[in-house]
Amino acid sequence: MFKLPDGFTRHVGVLLMMAVLSACGQGGDEKAEAAAVTPPVASPWQSGYEDIGRTAKPAEVAAWDIDVRPDFTGLPAGSGSVEQGEEIWLARCAACHGDFGDSNKFFSPLALGNVTPQDIESGHVAALNDPTRVRTTLMKVATVSTLWDYIDRAMPWNAPKSLSTDDVYSLVAYLLSLDYIVDEDFVLSNENIAEVQARLPNRNGMTQDHGLWKIDGEPDVHNTACMTDCESSVEVASSIPSFARNAHGNLRDQMRSFGPFQGVNTSEEQGEKMMLASEDKAPAAPKAGLAASAPMDLLTSNGCLGCHQVDNKLVGPAFTAVAKKYADREDAVAYLSQKIRQGGSGVWGGATMPPMAQLSEGKADEIASWLAQ
Amino acid sequence: MSGKSDKMGTSEKEFLAQAYTPSPTVPERPGSFGQLRKAPESFLEKSTIEAVSQSGVDENRRRLLRTSFTTALAGMLGAGLSARAAAAEGDPDILTLPPWSKSLGNAVATNPYGQPSKYEANIVRRQSPGLTQTAQASVSFSPLQGMFGMITASGLHFERHHQGWVDVDPRRHRLMINGLVSKPMVFTMDDLMRLPSVSRIHFIECGANTGMEWGNAAVPTVQYTHGMLSCSEFTGVPLSLLLEHAGYDKARGKYVLAEGADGSSMTRTIDIERALDDVIVAYGMNGEMLRPENGYPLRLVVPGVQGVSSVKWLRRLEVGDKPYATKDEAIHYVDLMPDGQSRQYTSIQEAKSVITSPSGGQRLMTKGYYNVTGLAWSGRGTVKRVDVSFDGGRNWYTANLEGAVLPKALTRFNIGWVWDGKPAILQSRVVDSTGYVQPLKRQLKEVRGTRSVYHNNAIQSWRVMESGEVENVQIA
Ligand code: HEC
Ligand code: HEC
Repeated sequence: MFKLPDGFTRHVGVLLMMAVLSACGQGGDEKAEAAAVTPPVASPWQSGYEDIGRTAKPAEVAAWDIDVRPDFTGLPAGSGSVEQGEEIWLARCAACHGDFGDSNKFFSPLALGNVTPQDIESGHVAALNDPTRVRTTLMKVATVSTLWDYIDRAMPWNAPKSLSTDDVYSLVAYLLSLDYIVDEDFVLSNENIAEVQARLPNRNGMTQDHGLWKIDGEPDVHNTACMTDCESSVEVASSIPSFARNAHGNLRDQMRSFGPFQGVNTSEEQGEKMMLASEDKAPAAPKAGLAASAPMDLLTSNGCLGCHQVDNKLVGPAFTAVAKKYADREDAVAYLSQKIRQGGSGVWGGATMPPMAQLSEGKADEIASWLAQ
Repeated sequence: MSGKSDKMGTSEKEFLAQAYTPSPTVPERPGSFGQLRKAPESFLEKSTIEAVSQSGVDENRRRLLRTSFTTALAGMLGAGLSARAAAAEGDPDILTLPPWSKSLGNAVATNPYGQPSKYEANIVRRQSPGLTQTAQASVSFSPLQGMFGMITASGLHFERHHQGWVDVDPRRHRLMINGLVSKPMVFTMDDLMRLPSVSRIHFIECGANTGMEWGNAAVPTVQYTHGMLSCSEFTGVPLSLLLEHAGYDKARGKYVLAEGADGSSMTRTIDIERALDDVIVAYGMNGEMLRPENGYPLRLVVPGVQGVSSVKWLRRLEVGDKPYATKDEAIHYVDLMPDGQSRQYTSIQEAKSVITSPSGGQRLMTKGYYNVTGLAWSGRGTVKRVDVSFDGGRNWYTANLEGAVLPKALTRFNIGWVWDGKPAILQSRVVDSTGYVQPLKRQLKEVRGTRSVYHNNAIQSWRVMESGEVENVQIA
């Protein structure tokens, strides 16, 4: 048996006291607050955890410390041209963002070529506050490091962290050229990126002068807790238009079906048909054919569903259309597996499917066999 | 109470009417299970009511009616004549024993991980159609309209992902601390779970919660207006302990960058004062490990600050002397002001409240008493008081605070109300421990203009119409 260290009983005593105190601390919220932040009671060994965790090795820090700050701390040396950027863009980015970064199929447009020379001159994008204009990434961003850091860590969306340092430089250069921030023959590098920052259209567009950063910051608004006769007139300024009542689906099915506040049936006008359809749900709903056997895990985790749906064309062809096209082809599995891993374009139109090199041959075969079944 | 209720009809039509008239033996109390109440229109499709009154109930329609009435009727129609007789004597759900009273129940561990009742299938997370172009850079909203108390069931915690969610292998997960520290460090989950821990209840609210409502009433229910909000008990290591452990530079360390291990590797800048205060490097959530959608096996919890800072799948913390202007603090989560400048690093979620029952898309069944409840919270401290108005903000009544009142946690409030059947506009307004009073939308707009969408903590209005239907409205 081991000896109880001195002071053990004293600590137990304190613990008990604390328990009693916090049990009494209900009701007044001051007391509850105090109970919630009860200072920890130290055991004799309380700070004996010095040896937990280990020193990170330089190579480990280098592998993960990829952030790039506005002052370019963390930016690796390298370079890339607009021209190279365009090539990589068309192969790996355009399918989602459009050839000129103008698509809103997957995300808001990155660029619309509408930044003005005056914006570049002043460092404020004038159209940001124009409600008729789409706010693009290049209109909003105030720091070029943000684009570099983000593309490097997260794009392409379906295969993040697969670009080389020079790829990232060239893609940032290409993106900036779409809004004429750099010329077509520009080569971006760690040497000249600060000059580009000095041309960024919204570089002066940010403020940190507000009360929402610090916990004791000054609020924007000081309402008063008036209790009686507070408003002289109450006027409803907006409500959900009746045509949009069902836009989020039937609200009846989004509320608990018992209790005092049940859901309003927002698809009333559809009447009996709706009800009968839902009664017959079981046979109507099942996924037929291809969808039923889809390797959903693989398709989801590899980002295929970003560009493909089973039954409908998205960026790429519907998988049902692919299956149909190759139904009679002998080497369909081999062909599709290779195409999935290597990507390509021209079979279904102009759009490019990026290479899915992260997929092992086995996994690609699995998807291909599903399509060729 | 209606005197018609004891009249026995012979046609099916009369039978229906009779079944929905309050029984003289059961006092008419809204919300009571034993109540035999008038069929709310919403239960029956109009065409069915007409068809039934024209031709009575044939076999086909009986089937249909059964499904539309399951909740209100619970088997009466199925039970046929005897139920009809029973209805006169009392509640058939009392007089005719239900199957669960007359059979053997399921075995223990039938569901090794327990599931909600099948009758709760409507209370689930949902996406708002058309809000985002993809389902991986998207949001699912918590069903606040069906929740109780202050804790969000883990399976109902809202989701916001930028590049899909991942299920990280905890044995291969590492946390690195580097930057302005005397010793850059690496921790395994084994290490972290050996360290001293805290358990605290905190809300997480997305900075864009209620953003869709900035311009006008846009979405129908509280799930969509306020559902990027959840509250859990989080267990983990205080960030301050880890920073001390790594020997952070007390003179130069002003910011901490948190980074995720998923594809997006989400990064956010956290003020060192916040970091040293109550931030938790959490692995536990409501008594179990975090759910994958919520950052399994490790996430940051930055209490009181917009959810995006509570980085999920946390892999790295870097101490620095300048903010980082990452994608989600330089392009998004910036608040565009009327002068064209964008506020950067807006973090604190100021005091806010909302009535959850009744709320948009629901219907009050009858006149009479209701327990009106909702949620209040503040990123700057505790909830001091909640007032509720039933007349669009003319007059206010102080509500009860139900259960624990904790800093930077959801606080449940309730207040009794008798609805007189006339139109009403319900609102709630919180006052927090700093004395800050939840603002009106028009007050916020005066400062922030029309283009800002984040940090909308305005008072929410629900209009109760004569039909009992509740809808989302905004007051001028
Ligand atoms: C499979 C579709 C897809 C592909 C391919 C793709 N992206 Fe993206 N991209 C997205 C989505 C979706 C987002 C938004 C992510 C979010 O919400 O956090 C995004 C965001 C961005 C952003 C930030 C925009 C903003 O305003 O926040 C940049 C810059 C970007 N992508 C560049 C690229 C580049 C460069 C490539 C090619 C290397 C690329 N993307 C490939 C889908 C894609
Ligand atoms: C960035 C968008 C994008 C992503 C992500 C993507 N695809 Fe594609 N996919 C396309 C486009 C575009 C085409 C049409 C290419 C063509 O016309 O040759 C295509 C074509 C295909 C084809 C038909 C090939 C042919 O030659 O007929 C298959 C099979 C396919 N994709 C499977 C996949 C699988 C499996 C994944 C995930 C591992 C995936 N795709 C991910 C865009 C994409």
